[in-house]
Amino acid sequence: MSDGILLPVVDDDGAPFWEGTLRGELRMQRCSECARFRFPPRPMCPWCHSTESEWPVLSGRATVWSFVVSHPPLLPAYAALAPYNTVVVALDEDPSLRVVGNLVSEPGAPINSVDPATIEIGAPVRVVFDRVSDEFALPRWVRV
Amino acid sequence: MTDLIRDRTAIVGIGCTPFAKHLDGSEKRLACEAIVAALDDAGIDAAEVDAFASYTMEVTEEVEIAKSIGAGDVTFFSQVGYGGGGGCATIGHLAMAIATGQADVGVAWRARKRGSGGRPWASTVVQLPTPAQWTRPWGLLRPSDEIAMLTRRYFHEYGANRDHLANVALACRAHANRNPAAMMFDRPLTRDDYMAARWIAEPLCLYDNCLETDGALACVVVSAERARDCRRPPAYVHSVAQGLPRQHHTMVSYWSADPLEGPAHSCARRLWAGAEFGPADVKVAQIYDAFTTLVPLSLEGYGFCARGEGGPFTDDGAIELGGRLPVNTSGGGLSEAYVHGFNLILEGVRQMRGTSTAQVEGADTCLVTSGEGVPTSALLLRS
Repeated sequence: MSDGILLPVVDDDGAPFWEGTLRGELRMQRCSECARFRFPPRPMCPWCHSTESEWPVLSGRATVWSFVVSHPPLLPAYAALAPYNTVVVALDEDPSLRVVGNLVSEPGAPINSVDPATIEIGAPVRVVFDRVSDEFALPRWVRV
Repeated sequence: MTDLIRDRTAIVGIGCTPFAKHLDGSEKRLACEAIVAALDDAGIDAAEVDAFASYTMEVTEEVEIAKSIGAGDVTFFSQVGYGGGGGCATIGHLAMAIATGQADVGVAWRARKRGSGGRPWASTVVQLPTPAQWTRPWGLLRPSDEIAMLTRRYFHEYGANRDHLANVALACRAHANRNPAAMMFDRPLTRDDYMAARWIAEPLCLYDNCLETDGALACVVVSAERARDCRRPPAYVHSVAQGLPRQHHTMVSYWSADPLEGPAHSCARRLWAGAEFGPADVKVAQIYDAFTTLVPLSLEGYGFCARGEGGPFTDDGAIELGGRLPVNTSGGGLSEAYVHGFNLILEGVRQMRGTSTAQVEGADTCLVTSGEGVPTSALLLRS
């Protein structure tokens, strides 16, 4: 655990996502047979049952779908940053692809760096990557 | 439609411990106390118990219960998954087992010390890869945060607002204020209190969140024929259903096609298909209320109103005693006790018996739901 921040427990299905973020890339799982995206990653395509998939790099552009501002009681590392926001953003390539993240004021800024009163559903955002440990970079989002 | 289970069984005994922030005794012991109380309520000897049903996030196993209460040879036992989504399904499983001749006397129960025990989300020892790896690192830590994300989107899509959520909190509190067993019995709540309360996960405030309770509860289910010989008026199990919709992701279902169309919708289709009446005939409802948002979502899912109309449905006292559909008449998870919704089943039975502290006059049908937002279940009871 890095400074008490929860780190992902990586499984086979999700590993390519985290390899991507470490390289500053937002990659999403796409079926090799029928080309449909799916998230969260899983071993089989629910539409065509193929077990082959690829992980193309996406544009990193999205819009805010919803957001929460969290207050204590929280785990200690997060309580120290409260109140902070979490967001769900919908990716431009396929708005049914939604990702949980945070809005930050600039790359590397903390998750409480944006005034919650200014957050709006529908706001366009782009991805930035926050290196939180040796093994992980978390995607976060800044408004464009 | 076949009627293999419709009205073929009934809940004939209910029992529970007090509800408190802290109770003495292990969950196992509390479970036994609630179960023996339910058997006494039914007038049935423990040695006749031959079926058990429970649901997950339960520490006590049926083998431990059976050896403590002196059950007979048990020929049906099941456990339903997904925590708060599974409560009604325990009754459903017993109803199916008894109706098909697998057993004769079933016990379903819930025992949990969530008031004095830890908060499950505070444990960082076990972090499931999926879906938690896609939500927790960013700080979406608690069920409250997870539902708040849907709540904000619900406000955005349908124009619902905090007053609608307040309606739910206030209705449950008003009903609890009539119920001496409720944790909030002597604590009235006003709309001003609600609006001034501290945030937990905006837009959810303190009063949008359920209580933290120690308690145990149990039901006894037998055939309709046997029910006639029991001590209390039977609460017949008219219809049962479970619901795990396509492309569902449990509490964090932000990735389905329509995240605000939750498991209640698919559960409801099956529930009403097995019933001889519809939502318009239901006089009272016990709707899972870990969070206020779940009530308007469930009102939509179970067909009491159209999509997006769940908020306005709660206006003008509609879900309070005297309104068109009183909801959570013993106070619910928000104001009676939070025991993953099992108290809602007991209150449904009381409404059918005519013994509720907020009795709906002429109530002969009751909907009971389990948790919206997770793989869920529901019951229709009738008197």
